[in-house]
Amino acid sequence: MKFTTYLTKISGVSIYPVISLVLFVTFFAIVILWAYRSDSKEIEYFENLPLDDGQVRK
Amino acid sequence: MELQKFQYDNELPKQFAIATILWGVVGMLVGVIAAFQLAFPVLNFGLEFTTFGRLRPVHTNAVIFAFVGNGIFTAVYYSIPRLLKTPMWSKALGKIHFWGWQLIIVAAAVTLLMGFTTAKEYAELEWPLDIAITLIWVVFGINMFGTILTRRERHLYVAIWFFIGSWVTVAMLHIVNSFELPVSFMKSYSWYAGVQDALVQWWYGHNAVAFFLTTPYLGLMYYFLPKAAGRPVYSYRLSIVHFWSLIFLYIWAGPHHLLYTALPDWAQSLGTVFSVMLLLPSWGGMLNGLFTLRGAWDKVRVDPILKFFVVAVTCYGMATFEGPMMSLKNVNAISHYSDWTIAHVHIGALGWNGFLTFGMVYWLFPRLFNTRLYSVKLASTHFWIATLGILLYAIPMYWAAFRSYFMMSAFTPEGQLQYQFMDIVQTIVPFYILRAIGGTIYLAGVVLMVYNLYKTARSGKFVKTEDAEAPALPRQFAKPKGAHWHSWVERRPVTLLVLSLIVVGIGGLVEMVPTFLVDTNVPTISSVKPYTPLELQGRDIYIKEGCYNCHSQMIRPFRYEVSRFGDYSKAGEFVYDHPFQWGSKRTGPDLARIGGKYPDSWHFNHMLEPESMAPGSIMPPYPWLFEKTVDAGTTNSKIHAMRKLGVPYPDGYEAKANDDMKKQAESIVANLKKDKIKIQSDKEIIALIAYLQRLGTDVKTKNNVQ
Repeated sequence: MKFTTYLTKISGVSIYPVISLVLFVTFFAIVILWAYRSDSKEIEYFENLPLDDGQVRK
Repeated sequence: MELQKFQYDNELPKQFAIATILWGVVGMLVGVIAAFQLAFPVLNFGLEFTTFGRLRPVHTNAVIFAFVGNGIFTAVYYSIPRLLKTPMWSKALGKIHFWGWQLIIVAAAVTLLMGFTTAKEYAELEWPLDIAITLIWVVFGINMFGTILTRRERHLYVAIWFFIGSWVTVAMLHIVNSFELPVSFMKSYSWYAGVQDALVQWWYGHNAVAFFLTTPYLGLMYYFLPKAAGRPVYSYRLSIVHFWSLIFLYIWAGPHHLLYTALPDWAQSLGTVFSVMLLLPSWGGMLNGLFTLRGAWDKVRVDPILKFFVVAVTCYGMATFEGPMMSLKNVNAISHYSDWTIAHVHIGALGWNGFLTFGMVYWLFPRLFNTRLYSVKLASTHFWIATLGILLYAIPMYWAAFRSYFMMSAFTPEGQLQYQFMDIVQTIVPFYILRAIGGTIYLAGVVLMVYNLYKTARSGKFVKTEDAEAPALPRQFAKPKGAHWHSWVERRPVTLLVLSLIVVGIGGLVEMVPTFLVDTNVPTISSVKPYTPLELQGRDIYIKEGCYNCHSQMIRPFRYEVSRFGDYSKAGEFVYDHPFQWGSKRTGPDLARIGGKYPDSWHFNHMLEPESMAPGSIMPPYPWLFEKTVDAGTTNSKIHAMRKLGVPYPDGYEAKANDDMKKQAESIVANLKKDKIKIQSDKEIIALIAYLQRLGTDVKTKNNVQ
């Protein structure tokens, strides 16, 4: 039941930080690219969502 | 297309808003009392239920989970239906959520004051409450996802992403950090020990700040700021980048709470790197908020709601600039264990969370009651008072932090420490008084708000439901030509949920898995042995009284710490510590090597009347420890639980444990008798002395590290 014994045999732990950095940079690049390429008209519709809540004004 | 008619419910947002304000007042009041206690120990009243060690967790938990928690739910229950053009999925689940959460808050306050605590900061609640929180959180999740799945609006607005990301991450954090083995009803031991426990705890602690105090409130900002300003957010594209990079980065930054401790170096560096990177998305979000008001600054001058929002977003920017700076090792050397951390979190709590909440309820109440705000002028006064309160709170704390650092690290030309710890405590007390006054002023502002909102509610009539109409969502979605692939994700809430879980999961996993490799990362020290039964009981008293709120047990490898407190702490010393007790603030001295430093009688007198042994001390007295007896009936199950967690007590030791306990207690009593002190051997103070005298004594030199 000792928690520490389960994972003691993983080798090459030093690769973890490198993996994490690569993952993040890739991920970040994709998000930037996607945000940059998204359609302006759609974006305009999206950003107005909080202002138009379909409420019936009396 | 035919318009469907439906109604938005205002009952739950109203209830959550009232709960937010009520618990806000309670949480801040407890904070003010605790702040004054640090300056005037007499305010501890000599009662176990009112000492600082028990009050402080009530303050932190109340502000985080009761005040901000209810604030989140107010925003969710108000904004999600309106953004998705559908009522909340289930009224019944909403009610269960509301009353369940309030019940947990009350139970939390009562049990914390009674001394039931796991001693893990912001996760102090014992296991039955942990389970209750999980259940209510699931109810909340079902209701939120039910609403999202029955929506009439295809696109999920960015605020909802923040709510979804927060929900799933908080669930993960809560479950992982609350892994504990119950010993009895309301007592458990953390599954993890020492370094691992510290890492899991601060992975949780940091992300509780991230995913409870920050991301849901960003959702709140992205909804209510455009609402109040009457214009859309400055850049929706930026908000997309803000969301994904923030949730991706935040989860990695936890180890920055453990710089210069016994945590492996690579994990410390990982925490630093990601913390520094966090500056980018945070400031992207801040600028997005501020730029939303471009060309509308004339409104800010007259509208207190926008004033609150502007300062809130500015405080977010300040705190998220300060955070990465504090993660640099050389800066952290100064800030860690000091009042700097306290100032930093209060810029966030008072400025960011507080001001956003105030802006939200000032905006919400007139709409819920179909009236105008009773007094705009009073709200403006609240704004200025609260701003003054924050300044008066934070500036003395920053000052105190640097002052204590310079005093702590000062050496005489002969190479001796220039100041005693007590000199430093004494010089900080005036700053504690100023801070407490700042907090009181801030609270006074909140009282004005309560009056203003009460009057507002009285002047109008509560609008139970609001009519709305929108076309139904067509089942078959015709993808517009050339639509971007991400719009695919935006339309799919469950995909979004899973994706954000994967994103935060990777961070948590990469960060934590290697630290479970204790055998390679932590040199075992053969002389480190499990606690004796009496010491274990004493340790539980140490935990119960919340000693960790003021005392650390982690000496960093600095000359001024080693000369003051003893040899620096090693990871291998904590392998049997379920839970770890490194602490996060040094209001009192470090205790990692207190063992053997003073005679038993010193501790006896000190716990009864701290000033008698340490003149000028601001520690409260603990008279009840001299009357209450240690329950020997619990020893058996405690030893048993510890062995299950991997502490090498010999088989069948449970049977002998109480005899050993008695023997050790008798020897302490005999020691005390030499100093003309008479006490029975079964009193709690004896166990506590046994624990304190054990601390740090397993390792005396560096030579026995294998």
